[in-house]
Amino acid sequence: MQTFFQTLTTGLSDGSIYGSLALALVLIYKATEVINFAQGEMAMFTTYIAWALMGHGSTFEWWAFFATLGIAFIGGAALQQTVIRPLERASVLTAVMATIALLVILNGLAAWIWSPQLQFFPSPFPTSSWVIGGVHISKQDAGTFGVVMACVLILWLFFRFTKLGLAMRAGALNPGAARLMGVRASWLLALGWGFAAALGAVSGMMVAPTVFLTPNMMQAVLIYAFAAAILGGLESPVGAIAGGLSLGVLLNMLGEYVHPVTTELRLPVALGILLVVLLVKPAGLFGRVVVRRV
Amino acid sequence: MPALLELSDVTARYGQVVALHGVSLTVEDGEIVALLGANGAGKTTTLRSVSGTVRRSGDVVFGGKRLARATPEVVARHGVAHVPEGRGIFAELTVWENLRMGGYIVRRPDFATVLGYFPWLQERRNQQAGTLSGGEQQMLALARAFLSRPRLLMLDEPSLGLAPMITREVFRVVTELNQKEGLAVLVVEQNAAVALAAAQRGYVLETGRIAVAGSAAELKSNDAVRTAYLGY
Repeated sequence: MQTFFQTLTTGLSDGSIYGSLALALVLIYKATEVINFAQGEMAMFTTYIAWALMGHGSTFEWWAFFATLGIAFIGGAALQQTVIRPLERASVLTAVMATIALLVILNGLAAWIWSPQLQFFPSPFPTSSWVIGGVHISKQDAGTFGVVMACVLILWLFFRFTKLGLAMRAGALNPGAARLMGVRASWLLALGWGFAAALGAVSGMMVAPTVFLTPNMMQAVLIYAFAAAILGGLESPVGAIAGGLSLGVLLNMLGEYVHPVTTELRLPVALGILLVVLLVKPAGLFGRVVVRRV
Repeated sequence: MPALLELSDVTARYGQVVALHGVSLTVEDGEIVALLGANGAGKTTTLRSVSGTVRRSGDVVFGGKRLARATPEVVARHGVAHVPEGRGIFAELTVWENLRMGGYIVRRPDFATVLGYFPWLQERRNQQAGTLSGGEQQMLALARAFLSRPRLLMLDEPSLGLAPMITREVFRVVTELNQKEGLAVLVVEQNAAVALAAAQRGYVLETGRIAVAGSAAELKSNDAVRTAYLGY
């Protein structure tokens, strides 16, 4: 039973990282129908910036964490305005290709600036654990889960309760109608990319202490995030988080209880889930069927 | 006094296809103007050339401002509310969220006045807008447009898909908004009889040109208009 709960908490912690990156993908997909393949590398790049701000990673600094969120936000918005916006009239596939190009560019750029070697990235949380009823809950896991969920909650509050958040949702649903209400749609898309980039930066900074900082560190995480987003239904923010958490728990449980599923099999399992969802329930678990009457 | 809206020699095209060949028309402050014509005559395009949702050339002057190059969001901010074809309701958002979007460009949207005209919106405020009936959606679109505090309301076929009784109700509210709030209205309609009953003036478009212009009474008694659009 102790093993079960420990696996569960680790799973939730991993899952929150997959979920936040999945949510970043969903934000951009909902707004522009573009799957942003560069989401992971954007997160990696900003994590390097955080690492540089922290004096090349001796100790974790919260100010650097928040500064990085700001930089990521601006960077994401700037990418949308310079790379994606000019492709607005092109096909979605063109924009997707552009994000793949961004992936390669950011990856190469990071390796060139900071060298491709493994770097230590400090964790904001102590390595000790709480023991509750014989269950060891690592402060690392709890902290990661808490930080990610806090960011998601802030984002949710923004979209739910602010005028700007409402306009962003409306703009994603029907850009033409939103513009007729006076919404500056293109500017809001940049904002959406900014939020997605900042959310990605959170996942990058939270995952880096366990996987070490390298230009390739987010590639596996991005695959998990894809699986999580598809599982949740690609259009559903709640689904992305739920998909991420269930994927994290599932992978950890499989690793613990099903012996053939070793670390090497984690990615194939995640992709297997992605395939099965696409085949059996393409709308995902949370894919909402919109009720319409004319 | 210059007209509230003045189109002079406006041409609009979709790609290579020219949809308007030099349309000129005016809407005065506080009047209802009907835009009639067959399918494909350019009625919708005329509205779109005002709101900036189609590429156009020529002069579009609204409230003394030249808007021929303005984007839709800028036109909206100058006081033109365009209820497009299909009403542009955000189906997945709630009724109230749709209304809040209407007041997006206004610092303090006047929800109280709007609820005075559409009291039923209050009890349906948390309903998903896509689940409203067609008539209710049209009313919601009207209420939402009014919340942006426009000087000109442009309606594109408000009667489309509605039962005759509901259509009458829609036009009753439009007339009320016009009379009580002094809102100018430019309305595109297939249903010429209903539109001319509410309007003071009208234009008939044929293949991208103004074919006939006049007061509502003149249009109603014009033989060509009667046979083509009123059917008697």
